[in-house]
Amino acid sequence: MAEWWADIVGRFIHNFIAEDRWRYMLDGLGVTLLVTVCAVVLGTAIGFVVSIIRSTHDKTGRMKIANAICKVYLTVIRGTPIMLQLLIIYFVIFGAVTIDKRIVAIIAFGVNSGAYVAEIFRAGIMSVDKGQFEAGRSLGFNYTQTMTNIIMPQAFKNSVPPLANELIVLLKETAIVGYIALQDLTKGADIIRGRTFDPFMPLIAAAIIYLIIVMIMSKGVSILERRLRRSDH
Amino acid sequence: MTTNDVIIKTQELQKYFGDVHALDGVDTEIKKGEVVVVIGPSGSGKSTFLRCLNLLEQPTGGKVFFEGVDITNPKNDINLHRQKMGMVFQHFNLFHHKNVLDNMTLAPIKLLKMSKEDAEKRAMILLERVGLAEKADSYPSKLSGGQKQRIAIVRALCMDPDVMLFDEPTSALDPETVGEVLDVMKDLAKGGMTMVVVTHEMGFAREVGTRVIFMDEGKFIEEAPPKEFFSNPEHARLRDFLSKVI
Repeated sequence: MAEWWADIVGRFIHNFIAEDRWRYMLDGLGVTLLVTVCAVVLGTAIGFVVSIIRSTHDKTGRMKIANAICKVYLTVIRGTPIMLQLLIIYFVIFGAVTIDKRIVAIIAFGVNSGAYVAEIFRAGIMSVDKGQFEAGRSLGFNYTQTMTNIIMPQAFKNSVPPLANELIVLLKETAIVGYIALQDLTKGADIIRGRTFDPFMPLIAAAIIYLIIVMIMSKGVSILERRLRRSDH
Repeated sequence: MTTNDVIIKTQELQKYFGDVHALDGVDTEIKKGEVVVVIGPSGSGKSTFLRCLNLLEQPTGGKVFFEGVDITNPKNDINLHRQKMGMVFQHFNLFHHKNVLDNMTLAPIKLLKMSKEDAEKRAMILLERVGLAEKADSYPSKLSGGQKQRIAIVRALCMDPDVMLFDEPTSALDPETVGEVLDVMKDLAKGGMTMVVVTHEMGFAREVGTRVIFMDEGKFIEEAPPKEFFSNPEHARLRDFLSKVI
C-alpha cells in the first residue's frame, strides 16, 4: 500500500511539480476559460441579432434579404464540423496574416456558438404566447416597443437554461484548439504527456478539471432554473 | 360633442382567412356612449369583427374609421389610435413578467410620457375601483381568472381610451368569477364608456346593452335594442340561436 502511494506521489511530482510543469495545466486552463467566455459573449451577440432578424421576418414578413443571409449562416455553421470551421478560419481566412491564435479560436467558437444561440433565442421568442404581443399592440406599442418591453424580457427568461447548457457544451468543445497549436488545458496536458511519457497523470488531471468546472456550471444552471420557475406562473 | 357622435364606423368590411370568408361586408356605426353587444355562434365572425376595429386583424377589404380617421389607411399611425381603443382579451394577456402595477403603468409611462408617480397614482385609483388595490404588487400568476380579467380591464383604462373592445371577456373564467368581471363592465357602461362587447352572456346583453347585434356567417343578421332583440327576434336563425342559448 505504502509502495503504491509512494508511486502515485512520485508520478505526481514528476508530472506536475518537476520543471514547473503544472504551468502547462494552469496556463492552459486560463486559455480554455478565456476562449470559452469570450466566445460565449460573441456568440450571444451574434445569436441575439440573428434571432431578432429571423423572428421579425417570421412575424411580419419584413427583412427578407437579412433573413436569407441568416438562414445560410445557420445552415453552413450547423451543417459542418466545428473542427473544420476552426481550421478554415485559421488556415484559409487568416492564412495570410499573423494573428493571435486565441483571437482565431474566439472568432471560430463565437461564430459557431452564435448559430446555436440564435435558435435558442428564436425558440424563446416563439414560446412567448401570441396574446402577449397582441396585448402590447392593443395598448398602442409599435412592433419594436412591444418586442423590447414585453416579448424579449420573457423570451430571455425562457432562454436562460438552454443558454447555460450551450456554455457548458462550448467549454468542452474548445478542447480541439490544439489543432491550431493553441495551448489550452487539453493541449497542456498532452504536452506534459509528451515530456514525461506518463499519459495517465496529465490526461486524467485535465479530465477532472473539466469535470469540476462542468459540475459547478450545472449546479449553477439548476439553481438558476429554480429561481426562474419561482417567479413564473 | 353630442351623444350622437360616431366613434367607430366600418365600411364594407371584408376579411378572408385563406378560403374562409370570416367577414362579409359589415357596415356599421358605433356612437359615443353606446354599449354594443355582439352575439352569434362560434365561427360567425364576431371576434374577427372586433379585432378588425383596432386592426389587430388586418381587414382584407373595406374601411374602418375611428373618430373620423380612416385607420385602414397605412398613412395614418395605427399605434396612436390604438392608444384610444382599449382592448380586453378572452385570455387576459397580462404581462407575465410584470406585477399588476407595472402591467398597468407600462403603456402610460412609455407612450403617454406620464411620470411614474402620476401613472401609479392613477393605476391605484382604478385598482381601488375594482377592489384589487391590495394586489398591486402581485404577479399575474398569483391571481384568479376573474382578478386577472379585472386587472386587464383597468390596464386598458389606464390609457384613458375613448372606446373599450371586449373579446369574450368571460369565456375563459370559472362560473363563479364571471359575475365580478361583468360587474366591472356594468359600472363602466354606467359611467358612459363606449363599449363593443363580444360575448355569450345574454344577461349582460339584455341588461347593459344599448344595441345587440346577431352575427352569422360574417354578416350582421339582425340588430336591435335588447328589449326588441330578445322579445321579438325577426330572423329564423336568430330565433333558433336564442332558443339554444337561453
